[in-house]
Amino acid sequence: MSATGNAIEVRGLAKRYGPIEAVRGIDFSVARGEIFGLLGPNGAGKTTTIEILEGYRERTGGEVSVLGLDPGRRPVELRRRMGIVLQSCGIYRHVSVREVVGHWARLYPHPRDPDEVIGLVGLAEQQDRRTNHLSGGQRRRLDLALALVGDPELVFLDEPTTGFDPAARRSAWETVRALRSLGKTVLLTTHYLDEAQALADRVAIVKDGRIVVEGRPGELGAGPDRYTITYRTSAGEWREHHTNDPTSLLAELTAAALSRGERLEQLSVRRPTLEDVYLELTGDSPRSAASGDETPTPPGAGAREEPAGVVGDV
Amino acid sequence: MSETLAMGWRQYRLERRMFWRNPTAAFFNFLFPLIVLGLFGALFANDQTTLNRIVPGIAAMSVMTTTFNALAHNLVFLREEGVLKRMRGTPLPPGAYLGALAANAITNTILQVAIIATAGRLFFGIPWPRDALELLVFVAVGVVCFASLGVALSHAIPNFESAPAYVNAVFLPTIFISGVFYDVKHTPAFLRNIAEALPLKHLIDGLSGAMVSGRGLGSNLTALAVIGLWAVAGVALAVRGFSWESKRA
Ligand SMILES: Nc1ncnc2c1ncn2[C@@H]1O[C@H](COP(=O)(O)OP(=O)(O)OP(=O)(O)O)[C@@H](O)[C@H]1O
Ligand SMILES: [Mg+2]
Repeated sequence: MSATGNAIEVRGLAKRYGPIEAVRGIDFSVARGEIFGLLGPNGAGKTTTIEILEGYRERTGGEVSVLGLDPGRRPVELRRRMGIVLQSCGIYRHVSVREVVGHWARLYPHPRDPDEVIGLVGLAEQQDRRTNHLSGGQRRRLDLALALVGDPELVFLDEPTTGFDPAARRSAWETVRALRSLGKTVLLTTHYLDEAQALADRVAIVKDGRIVVEGRPGELGAGPDRYTITYRTSAGEWREHHTNDPTSLLAELTAAALSRGERLEQLSVRRPTLEDVYLELTGDSPRSAASGDETPTPPGAGAREEPAGVVGDV
Repeated sequence: MSETLAMGWRQYRLERRMFWRNPTAAFFNFLFPLIVLGLFGALFANDQTTLNRIVPGIAAMSVMTTTFNALAHNLVFLREEGVLKRMRGTPLPPGAYLGALAANAITNTILQVAIIATAGRLFFGIPWPRDALELLVFVAVGVVCFASLGVALSHAIPNFESAPAYVNAVFLPTIFISGVFYDVKHTPAFLRNIAEALPLKHLIDGLSGAMVSGRGLGSNLTALAVIGLWAVAGVALAVRGFSWESKRA
């Protein structure tokens, strides 16, 4: 499989935990230098998939290849060439940020400069602080620093920005984009659809252990009637049309309106957002595209409520 | 190989640094046995026979606390926090990492036995260890035995909150019946039989021979064999059940 030159190849991957079939035949590949996003509801099997690729869990079926190696055999070469941000993971206490990043750097053959990486994740001010005195979001940034300090070719990020404030998320995105410009490969999972839209070259939406759709974030959900045209008639009624050919439908609608001497008020043409596609395919919410709202919902607006709830629980 | 050693050494130094920076751990590791020694020393100040038993008894207890108690506790913590899992995703060889954790514990054992031997010499009328080789052999076998049993126990502890309960449920009865504070000759037969089957009593006998009576290795071979058997069982259990992640994911 390594002959294909892809950073990651997954064929028919399956994972059972006793009676639970967490992953039921997943296929995807990630090219070198690509940022690939795995999306999907809680329990979809994202972490299971990513941890099989990292070598933490044993698969019960299928074939995987990571940088041309089989992660199931846990080759040390693979661990030297990949960086990992786990979904949740503790860190040593009683050491400073700088000590721990410096220590990590020495585990790798060709590390980056620890101070530079600390700056990159925005912990320069906290570099002498003990890890047990960091805030949740700062600790998460430290996770990112530890994943990057070894200068890996391939980076796994399992919900890397959960708990970040908005500014920190933007700067984490910059960090990930910087990885792409360095030619690194990134496999990330996220519940923030705007994050997937902003970062991923391609995404796959996983549900119940299967990939339900895969493609570029802007082009997902190609199928009949993926464009929505909405306007208000002069009588004040909202109209909504779904089409796969907005050019001709628009021409028809506007021609008809003009010939009646009317205007189409607040006319808009909207492509489905990633969020529309996500909600439709994962099917745990009513189809949001059905609303006549002409301003597209900001991507990820729904998902953004989640961390607020988490903070509220603490 | 030398790379593995170098990484293990750096890991060990980090572990030491973290140990000293954690005041509670440092306190319980060093002050607690000394306080116990001070207390019992004061109680039996005029009773050299009892002191002769207590000093090696507390030295043996320290071997147990610094390895068995400390490793069971630390491993549960590291496993539950996900530190073990995190380390497993790095190029650090597992042997180097676990070796560093063990070496960290063993360093405490050595420091503590040295402190207790010194206190025994200075305050409790115990001579400097008479048989250095015997001391070395018993501490070494004792460390392997109790360290591996501590690792094995950590597999059975479901979460960090219950770690002290599990550790003490083993530790406290063991030190009482094994005669850390008195000679087991004076205890009921059934307790004595249990103590005979456990390793701590034999470690006390060995350390007593090395530190006080001067009865050499030759006369403590049974003791050595019992500790050695426990060590074999401990290593087997420690390796077999080892897990890098807590099971309740
Ligand atoms: N160690 C485990 N033992 C048993 N079942 C597990 C284990 N880990 C995960 N599962 C189950 O497998 C399924 C997939 O879990 P997974 O963690 O991969 O989901 P996820 O997509 O990462 O979800 P989330 O978005 O909540 O992180 C879930 O039903 C989960 O309960
Ligand atoms: Mg997950």
